Order: sequence, then structure tokens, then C-alpha cells
Amino acid sequence: MDVHLDQLTMQFNDTTAVDSITTTIKDGELVSLLGPSGCGKSTTLMLLSGLYKPTAGDIYFGDEKVTTMDAEKRGIGMVFQNYALYPHLSVLKNIMFPLKMQKVPKKEAIQQVMEMAKLVQIDHLLDRKPAQLSGGQQQRVAIARALVKKPKLLLLDEPLSNLDARLRLEMREEIRRIQQEVGITAVFVTHDQEEALSISDRVMLMNNGVLQQENAPQQMYRKPENIFAASFLGNPPINFLTLHKTENNTYVIQGSSQTLELPSMKWQTHEAFQMGLRPEDLYTVPEEEGLFSGEIIHMETIGRDTLIRLQLGDVTVRALVDPKSRLRVGDRCSLAIEPQEVHYFDPKTGERLRGGNDNDAQANLEKHA
Amino acid sequence: MRSALSKSTIYILLAIGAVFMLLPFVWMLSTSLKAPNEVMAMPPVWIPSELNWDNFTEALAVAPFDRYFVNSLIVTVISTIGELVTTILAAYAFSRINFFGKNIIFAVLLGTMMVPGEVLLIPNFVTLSNLGWIDTYQALIVPWTASVFAIFLLRQFFLGVPKELSFAAKVDGCSEFRFLWYVMVPLAKPALITVALLKIINSWNAFLWPLIVTNSQELRTLPVGLSAFTTEAGIKYELLMAASTMVVVPMLILFFIMQKYIIAGVARSGLKG
Ligand SMILES: Nc1ncnc2c1ncn2[C@@H]1O[C@H](COP(=O)(O)OP(=O)(O)OP(=O)(O)O)[C@@H](O)[C@H]1O
Ligand SMILES: [Mg+2]
Repeated sequence: MDVHLDQLTMQFNDTTAVDSITTTIKDGELVSLLGPSGCGKSTTLMLLSGLYKPTAGDIYFGDEKVTTMDAEKRGIGMVFQNYALYPHLSVLKNIMFPLKMQKVPKKEAIQQVMEMAKLVQIDHLLDRKPAQLSGGQQQRVAIARALVKKPKLLLLDEPLSNLDARLRLEMREEIRRIQQEVGITAVFVTHDQEEALSISDRVMLMNNGVLQQENAPQQMYRKPENIFAASFLGNPPINFLTLHKTENNTYVIQGSSQTLELPSMKWQTHEAFQMGLRPEDLYTVPEEEGLFSGEIIHMETIGRDTLIRLQLGDVTVRALVDPKSRLRVGDRCSLAIEPQEVHYFDPKTGERLRGGNDNDAQANLEKHA
Repeated sequence: MRSALSKSTIYILLAIGAVFMLLPFVWMLSTSLKAPNEVMAMPPVWIPSELNWDNFTEALAVAPFDRYFVNSLIVTVISTIGELVTTILAAYAFSRINFFGKNIIFAVLLGTMMVPGEVLLIPNFVTLSNLGWIDTYQALIVPWTASVFAIFLLRQFFLGVPKELSFAAKVDGCSEFRFLWYVMVPLAKPALITVALLKIINSWNAFLWPLIVTNSQELRTLPVGLSAFTTEAGIKYELLMAASTMVVVPMLILFFIMQKYIIAGVARSGLKG
């Protein structure tokens, strides 16, 4: 079942939590809703579930308009951030609850619960109460309860945020496995970019209630549509340098006196623009070949790489460099980047002008996360 | 050392308190087994010289206590069920549903808790007589099927239930009412048991109200029925105490079985029921 949002808007008093979002979630797809805290992810999910009714715009499940349909009639499954299991019911009865509400005969219901419990691997815990389960187990129960009525759409609101780092990794693979096994359409809310990029078919990036960009994970990292998308994705975060045109093809870096030359391109009518440089795309070069240079003010080791912070004038630039390079704090260092890996943005609108690299961004991101 | 001392002081004080609370009760039991000449004897006789179990059979013969017992049972059961129903619905509305004037209505309700019950006797009586309900079961039951205290207690409990639970229930296919019935009520079971127990005790022991609104013997409840032992010839204390013992025992048994709920309930609300 495709889910279609049309100009979906949710206004709370003076805040617009969701601002005319239009998109289609395709059948069987897992879409992540990614964005900083307060950007409207949960609200979007609540709108999809029917727990909130939008102030404007429409939602379609397939061809059916469900905008004003109540949550209990939408036939969706939902997993809440704190799982919201019924504390007075055993695991078995928790999972069976939606079936009981549908008046499924008991024998059949129990059988379906057992199947679901096996799928999420908690069939040995059916007699326990939620309070007697670990966070990961509670989460599986919550997923089983959401899936047991065979919903057409599964909504997950930061289901992993209460788990420790290791379990989180395990569970996100679990969720992906279950989602693909059942073949259900799913929307997964998270503010963790790594989680979003690794689990989903498509990422929807939100900020201030506005949909910023939606892409396959790799694509979003490689070709951020605007400054927000570029800065939100990537760890360590992307560097921005503001360039001002001086004469011909020479540009001065705002905050420093260094100038650089850029190959001539058609958008160079712009008086100023922003250049986005991912730390992992920068590399050290001898002084005269560098794009710019500065003094190393900080060094640290992140996994296999060394992160350096370079001071040029008032600006600092982060770069991941080869740990074998014998750099030290206080050294002067020049950095370069392949021209096709530079992202250019219009500083006024924040929109992308051009650029982007074609490396395996996913691998890069995981390596540096 | 110091805390041990203060602890033993507390226990001694509590023990003295307990003795004083128990004395009338022991006196009732002892009198119920005395021969008539020992009842008023001076110095007081604490342990009857012989146990007069006949007092109990004799007491039962003085008045139709079986009828009174049934009346007490009817009044207690129906008013308890009534109170539970009104409490659950009202507490849910006040904690979960937004409606016009909610806070004002709730404040007014709480305000009524400040009014002593005795003040309400006459207005209530007048209302009931206008309804033509004097000397009926309705009069014994209906005014007691709602309690602001219970609503307050349960509302506080409901407010503590996370909102996600109702979201989850809705997604799982619950209407508002089913959510109340299948999730909220089971969750609130301890609070509801407390409410019910306090109600049962109050209702079983009620004296003044049944006395005022009923005249006919067929409608008397046990506490009122005890007045049968007061005759022109005086009060037959040994029979009165035997009957009182029989009235009190069901409550005592209930209390011993359920005491953890009663104590928890009073402690939970920080108020006395
Ligand atoms: N019931 C509500 N009443 C008023 N404002 C609300 C309500 N729910 C959310 N908001 C506002 O809407 C905006 C979006 O909130 P939302 O909960 O959707 O954010 P989120 O992206 O889920 O954030 P987080 O990652 O912190 O969970 C916030 O500014 C929030 O304050
Ligand atoms: Mg949220």
C-alpha cells in the first residue's frame, strides 16, 4: 500500500510542527524520518497514525483518503519510543491485545501471537510482565504487538533510543530483517543519522517542520540539496567556507586573508558562495599545491583516522588525515580536495549550486561515525 | 543507639494507643458473653465467670436481624458498585477528556469536600422527600453512589498513567470506552479496591442516614436495628453487645484480609476517607 501525503500541515497554537509536506511512501519501503529534535518527526508520525488530525492537507492510504479517519480504524501498527506496553498484561496478552480488540477467536489469536513471538524471538518470555523484561526484549514485544494484526503500515518512533549502543546496532538490523520478512511499509523516526542511513531505503530529512530532502541514503550524503542537509549529515561534520569574489577567478576566504582560484564555471556570476568540504575528502599536500593552509591547533585519533583542526584566520577546518603523516600540533599544514568533491551552496538561499563526490559515502560515514 | 531509643519510644506510644483503641472492642466482646448481673457490676468484670453463648441466640430473636442483614447487604453492595461506576467515569473525564469548564467543575467538587456531612443531612432529606423517596431503598442507596474523595483519588491515579498508553491502545483498536475498561481500570485496581473497601466499611456502619430516611422495620439496616435493644425497661447490654459483635465481625474479617489495600489507600491520597 502506497502512502501519500499531500501538503500535510500541523499547526499547534503558534508553532507549525509540520509544514506542508508532500511525498509518497511506496509499498514495502522503509523510510526514515530524520532531523534534529523538535523538527516535527513525531508529529508527522502521529498524523500518519491518526492520533493527531492535520490542520491542513491530506493523507491517502492507497487510493483511500484517511485524513479524518480515527487511529483505531486505520489498521496501522505503531511502536512508541518508550514502548507503551500494557504493564498489567503478560507478554502474551500484550501481543494479543490488538487481536482481542478485533474479536479474533481466542485459539486463532494465540496461534498468531506465537508466530509473531517466534519472529521477534521472544517466544520464551510469553508469561512475563513487561516490567520483568530488558529494554531490548520490551522493544521486541512492542514490535510484535504492532505487527500481529498484520497492519498495512508500521510506524516506529525512535524505537532504539532507550537501548545501549551495542544493542541498538543489533536491534536495527533486527528491525530491518523483520520489516523485509513481513514485507511491510514502514516509517522509522530517528534523530541518529547513522541509524537512518543504515536502515532505510529512503531518508526523509526534516528541519523546522519542512521536508528538506528525500533520497536514498547514499545519495543524500553525496548530494546534499542545501546547507542544512550538508551540515546535518556526516560525522565529523562538514566544513563550510564562505568565499567572496575578488577579481577574475580569485576568491577570498571570509575570515582569513587567503585567496584561492577556482576553475571557471557558469554559476560564477555569484558574488559569494559557500563551499562545503567533508573532512574525509580533504588530504594533506605540500604547501604550494594546497587549496589553503593553516596551523594545526588540535589533533585526535578517531578509530583508524586522525582528526586535525586547522586554523586559518578566524575559521577552523576539520580534516581526517593519514595517521602516518607526522603532523604535530603547531605545524603548518596545507590541504587539498578533488574538485568534484567540493559542494557549493548559495549563501542566501542555502540551496545547492553544484558539486558532490561519488565515493562510497555510506562506507565513509560508518567508518567515521 | 539514639535511633533505637526513639524507635522503642515510638513503639511504646503506638502500643498504648492500640490498647486504648482495642479496649472498647474487648469490652464489647466480654459483655456479649456475660450474664445480666455481671454487666453493670462494680468493680467491672472483664472476664465473664461463665461464657453465656445464649446471648447470641437470644439477641437474634429480639428483632428480624436476617432481614436487617439482607438490607445492609443490599445497600452496601449496590452503593459500592454505584460509587465505583460513577468514580471511574468521572475520574476518567476529569483526567483524560477536555471539556468546557472542566477545571471549574472539578474545583467546585473538591470544594464540597470541605462541607461537613452533617450539614447536608437536612437538605438531602428535603430533596428526597420532594422526590417522594423517604422510606425507600433509593433513599438509602442513591445519595451514596458518588464520592468526591474517591473521584479525586482515582483521578490522581489516572493522571499518572502515561499518555502513550492511550495512544497505543487507540492504535490497537480501542475506543475511548474500551481503553478505560481494558487498560485504565485494570491498572487502577489497587486504587479501586481501596475505594471499594472504604465504601463498604462506611456503608455497612452507616447509622444516622438510614435512621433518618427510613421508618418501616422492613428497611432497617443492621446498625439501626441495634436500637431494638433499647426498650422502655432499659437497655439489655449483653444482648446489644452480642448483636453488635455479629454486626462488626464481617467488617473485621474484611479488614484483616484487605488491610494492606486500606492502609495503602489512605497513605496514597494523604487524606482520610
Ligand atoms: N501537543 C503539542 N502541543 C503543542 N506543540 C507541540 C505538541 N507536540 C509537538 N509540539 C511542537 O511541535 C514541534 C515538533 O515536535 P515533535 O514532537 O514532532 O518533534 P520531534 O521531531 O519528534 O522531536 P524529538 O526528536 O525531540 O522527539 C516542537 O516544536 C514541539 O514543541
Ligand atoms: Mg519525537
